[in-house]
Amino acid sequence: MLLALGGCAAAGNHREMVRAIARVMLQGALPNDRDALDTAVRGVDVAIAGLPPAVQGEIGQLFGLLEFPLSRRLMAGIGSWQTASDADIAAFLQSWRTSNAALLRSGYAALHQLVMAGWYGNEAAWARIGYPGPPRIV
Amino acid sequence: MIADPIAQGLLRGWKAYDASTFDRDRTFDADVVIIGTGAGGGTTAEILTDAGLSVVLIEEGPLRSSRDFHMLEREAYPQLYQESAGRRTKDKGIVILQGRAVGGSTTVNWTSSFRTPPQTLDYWREHFGLADYSENALAPWFERMEHRLSVHPWDEPPNENNALLARGANKLGIPTAIIPRNVKGCYNLGYCGMGCPTNAKQSMLVTTIPAALDRGAILISRARAQHLAFAGDRADTLQCASLDASGLQPGPHTITIRARTFVIAGGAINSPALLLRSNAPDPYGTLGKRTFLHPTVISAATMPEVVAGYSGAPQSIYSDHFLHTNALDGAIGYKLEVPPLHPVLLATTTPGFGVPSAKLLARMPHLQVIIALMRDGFHPQSTGGSVGLRDDGTPLLDYPITPYVWDGARRALKSMAQIQFAAGATSVLPIHEAAQPVTSFEEAERLVDALPMEIVRASVVSAHVMGGCGLGADPRSSVIDGTGRHHHLENVYVFDGSAFPTSIGANPQLSIYGMVARNASRLAGLVGAPAKR
Repeated sequence: MLLALGGCAAAGNHREMVRAIARVMLQGALPNDRDALDTAVRGVDVAIAGLPPAVQGEIGQLFGLLEFPLSRRLMAGIGSWQTASDADIAAFLQSWRTSNAALLRSGYAALHQLVMAGWYGNEAAWARIGYPGPPRIV
Repeated sequence: MIADPIAQGLLRGWKAYDASTFDRDRTFDADVVIIGTGAGGGTTAEILTDAGLSVVLIEEGPLRSSRDFHMLEREAYPQLYQESAGRRTKDKGIVILQGRAVGGSTTVNWTSSFRTPPQTLDYWREHFGLADYSENALAPWFERMEHRLSVHPWDEPPNENNALLARGANKLGIPTAIIPRNVKGCYNLGYCGMGCPTNAKQSMLVTTIPAALDRGAILISRARAQHLAFAGDRADTLQCASLDASGLQPGPHTITIRARTFVIAGGAINSPALLLRSNAPDPYGTLGKRTFLHPTVISAATMPEVVAGYSGAPQSIYSDHFLHTNALDGAIGYKLEVPPLHPVLLATTTPGFGVPSAKLLARMPHLQVIIALMRDGFHPQSTGGSVGLRDDGTPLLDYPITPYVWDGARRALKSMAQIQFAAGATSVLPIHEAAQPVTSFEEAERLVDALPMEIVRASVVSAHVMGGCGLGADPRSSVIDGTGRHHHLENVYVFDGSAFPTSIGANPQLSIYGMVARNASRLAGLVGAPAKR
């Protein structure tokens, strides 16, 4: 039922939500500038665009669920992505990550996969983890 | 400047088409159509064209080559892998790395090349009636493909990530050995998984496929094989859909291939899915069943010295010790290897988020990672997974992880931690959402005993998809016979990793090459002289 509601809302703009989630998921990983978060959010969009239609559909359902006010409040305990604090968002991520419901854990895993791929694929991410980047071929 | 054999071949006039650029429906005729261009399809194409047969190769992924391989995960995963390297089983419990480009998984694999272990073949002969699948009978075919693909034990020092596996294991009296790799003039860069930028890896992309194209084979990439049409017990056409420019959505055009013989080599998951979409005869419900993964668990250690697991040949050391501690059909055994460590693969696989995750990843140059690949398919509680179709016709693998497999995961996480501490690790993190780094083996044992072994808590991955169109003498328990021919379709063959009736117990590429070389050579004799056209 909630998934069906989510599906209806999937068309909405999800950038604000992704931004909020990425901000918290990448705490300690992002350099202190606004561009970094923009880069991560763009990376998530690119990562989604590379998925086959059936998987994009699942992501759309998940995003819909997290954007539709009723299901968002009920399932994630988030009133609004605009006003949610870092602690609110971390509590939501932690509750899904450790949930007894495999469906919620897999929702968290999907968000984790997209945000991590969206950020760590970029050169901007590499200095902080000591990755020198691809070698030059000589 | 690295010479690009694909760019050169295209200049020589290869008949290689990108179906996303077709402006109308197309029809092609061939003696044999081969669906898929990985280990099975590539090997088959070289052997059949060498016999003078006309061949059309169908590939869903794009034709990419060394000039496109920039050693960047953000480019390689979406372009060269099924589902952006994030293909998951139905319940999301296992992440699957599987190739999707010309050359299939051989374009992106880590080059480990093992012959099929003799005990696996013994099991097949005993349980699946595969009398001529013996070590001796297959040896000349492995030898032939090893020669063709320059397979030889890695003769440079292993990178530190591999060396630490050897050091830790040997300290405990656990034997290790050097991995044979299919490389020629390897630069030892460490980026095999993103497409070899120097063409040193002897994948299908730079060996058998160019040979087949030089002999006039037709290659159609970005074409999705939708279904076979049957007339009685024979297939007569293959219908494909062109893909759009993104390579993800079906485009507007249909491609019809008329052929005398049909070779399915789409890899496990995709090969059974094609037969399912085609409503191929399946009187005993065996199609798509017994799909195996070598379910793999992971252990990450922090070392005092720099490991730099992103650099150097990704896999050069292995241990089969834990494949031999129990009977083949006893508690599940596992092979130990290491993976390459690159940012996206590491960040998406390691647990947690926020500051703890950032702290772990900040130690990336000091991380040493071991993987344990569990040998599934040899026990009543290890019957593998089942391939089904989504509403849109794309495949979905349902692979429930049984307590038998979870028991192996627990033992494997302990073995890996023990080896890592013996190698000098300051801390070890079993890759599991509920795990914290521990600083001694005793602590690791207690931790692993307490971890809930459940999906999407324990990280379980796979890079080896096998089975689903299993070989066997008895149609009631298999899909194809020992020659690779479909039990109920006279001119349909399956020549790829989906043919394996169990998992292999080793990285599967050389098993595919050797067995397919034999079956394709036999098929070349059967199809006989090419029809005059």
